[in-house]
Amino acid sequence: MGLKKTLLAAAVAAAVGGTAHAQISDGVIKIGVLNDMSGLYADIAGPGSVVAARMAVEDFGAAKKGMKVEIVSADHQNKPDVGSAVVRQWYDVDKVDAVFDVPTSSVALAVSEITRQKGKAFLVSGAATADLTGKACSPNTIHWTYDTWMLANGTGNAIVKTGGDTWFFITADYAFGHALERDTEAVVLKSGGKVLGKVRHPFPGTDFSSFLLQAQASKAKIIGLANAGGDTINSIKQAAEFGIVKGGQHLAGLLVFITDIHGLGLETAQGLIFTETFYWDLNDQTRAFTKRFAAANGGKYPSMVQAGVYSSVLHYLKAIEAAKTDDGTKVIAKMKELPTDDPLFGKGRVRQDGRKIHPAYLVEVKKPSESKGPYDYYKILATIPAEQAFRPEKEGGCPLVK
Amino acid sequence: MTDTSQPSADAPARAANLRHQTVAFAALGAFFVAAPLLMYPIFLMKVMCFALFAAAFNLLIGYVGLLSFGHAMFLATGGYLSAHAAKVWGLPPEMAILTGTATAAVLGLAAGLIAIRRQGIYFAMITLALSQMVFFFYLQTPFTHGEDGIQAVPRGMLFGLVDLSNVWAMYFFVFAVTGAGLLLIYRIVHSPFGQVLQAIRENEQRAISLGYRTDRYKLLAFVLSAALAGLAGATKALVFQLASLTDAHWSMSGEVVLMTLLGGLGTVFGPVVGAFVLLGMENYLAQLGSWVTVVQGVIFVICVLTFRRGVIGELGQLIKKPL
Repeated sequence: MGLKKTLLAAAVAAAVGGTAHAQISDGVIKIGVLNDMSGLYADIAGPGSVVAARMAVEDFGAAKKGMKVEIVSADHQNKPDVGSAVVRQWYDVDKVDAVFDVPTSSVALAVSEITRQKGKAFLVSGAATADLTGKACSPNTIHWTYDTWMLANGTGNAIVKTGGDTWFFITADYAFGHALERDTEAVVLKSGGKVLGKVRHPFPGTDFSSFLLQAQASKAKIIGLANAGGDTINSIKQAAEFGIVKGGQHLAGLLVFITDIHGLGLETAQGLIFTETFYWDLNDQTRAFTKRFAAANGGKYPSMVQAGVYSSVLHYLKAIEAAKTDDGTKVIAKMKELPTDDPLFGKGRVRQDGRKIHPAYLVEVKKPSESKGPYDYYKILATIPAEQAFRPEKEGGCPLVK
Repeated sequence: MTDTSQPSADAPARAANLRHQTVAFAALGAFFVAAPLLMYPIFLMKVMCFALFAAAFNLLIGYVGLLSFGHAMFLATGGYLSAHAAKVWGLPPEMAILTGTATAAVLGLAAGLIAIRRQGIYFAMITLALSQMVFFFYLQTPFTHGEDGIQAVPRGMLFGLVDLSNVWAMYFFVFAVTGAGLLLIYRIVHSPFGQVLQAIRENEQRAISLGYRTDRYKLLAFVLSAALAGLAGATKALVFQLASLTDAHWSMSGEVVLMTLLGGLGTVFGPVVGAFVLLGMENYLAQLGSWVTVVQGVIFVICVLTFRRGVIGELGQLIKKPL
């Protein structure tokens, strides 16, 4: 029903509003935000990503420039077939020009494939798999915020450099966990660290005590958590109960978001080390953005995924303005041509393989006594420059890279 | 309940029985031919795949009285094998679908041999346990690519002639597959074999005392149901050009129970309506975000409280004929 109404509204708008830009299909730039609105990833992406997209449209000044921008959103429930049905319908029936966000790798890979077939544009913020700019790269897809390679590399490399040179891995026993463990282990060994042991836990897991005790007994300085979501949260909680961090070992999360820390609380999460590409308290611009964002999002601060949606929508609209068309393939090409610059991620660029690059930050969660206000959670241990943070273009195996 | 005795006595009744079901089949066919004018064809294809899946499930619960809580394993097996066959082995779509269906049937045979020895909750638990093992297998084995799934599956040329990347070609292909599947189920249910199945459902001890080897009947029904579920999964993999863990997850086994209950247990057309209603909610309410599951829950509760026979079951009660 809602879909039909927006469609009708779009049709009316197109008919009445006329055409400010001749090359913009049906006179409206239609943006679809597809993510998990109610499940596991609703906090890191969810409705907050829609807020971020809306703010980007405002800040770009679309209305003043005579561009009509509409935002639609939907819940993919983390199911690839639901996600791909929505996206096909968006492209075929509802005249959506670009899809944003899309956490959950399986859904993102499916959407990327459909977007390529339909010649539209896909800007990924929420999904983690580095395949999107590797084997499965596409001339219609840009991977914006982070990826598994960058997490493994950033966390592995930077921790070894800051003295954490012995590791023990607790790995979720499925492809994603194995990949994280493999990538991180390679980086740790390369930077001169040692891996003292590893253990695999069933996915999804609830009881991590035996794995944590093994990790504790190994006397490794760093316990790497090669898992995600609920598994990571449970392992951090149980590690706190065993006093692992207080005993001098550190936990390194390989896929952790600020919303996870908010949920866990500083008492439990203190001392956890991980990598993110955005933190609200980086500079004046990020703080100003966060203030506005929180006001529009029920007081919740932005995650890096939501910040990525803002940044990617902004750059997408800039590229449309420059290219004077909303043809997906041409806009993506223009986005790769133009350097990126926005208040949240600073200056960066989009590579030929579709990888957007920007600095990454190795952060440590503060002790409760160190935190001065709401969401004052991180100490920034190291900044990894943009060119080193992501996988070198030639190593991904993307056919677009010559 | 359908009468199982003396074919001579109720021949006219049987003819009448067939007549209104023919009308219902024609109406259903006409609906799916006309529907793409109003609704999005990909969505309708999904509905048809799930309708076949639910109908396959209904063959067991509705006509043999066996509640399988592991049918997702057959859907997923059909999907994965057909996706793998089409993408990696480069088989044409009809062969890919056959591969998926056959593998699901073999899995059905293995699972059935174990499961049919028990009834009721034990049967449900055995099938659930087996499907969890199959889920774990698909999670771990390299060819499924874990939680990324098999992506970008080519639809290919049907019989080397029809290009299935065309939406309409694909639509009518799915239409034909689902139609054939439903007709087969209809035929099974109304055959002497189907009558024996219903006798087993009503009173297994009595069927045994009449000389039927009920285990064999139950096993064959199980394998047929598994193969049809596999067929649905294999077709779905080509529609969406992907196969993923969603199909293997236990919640998929739950969803098919919901569809069948909503539409009407033990009716030929119920599962189709149930699939349509449930997927319609999932699809058209996607904009509501987190409210989808709440709305689904409310509708389910209302259904169970007010019309327990399901939409089609109640309709059949109204016209006093089985649908």
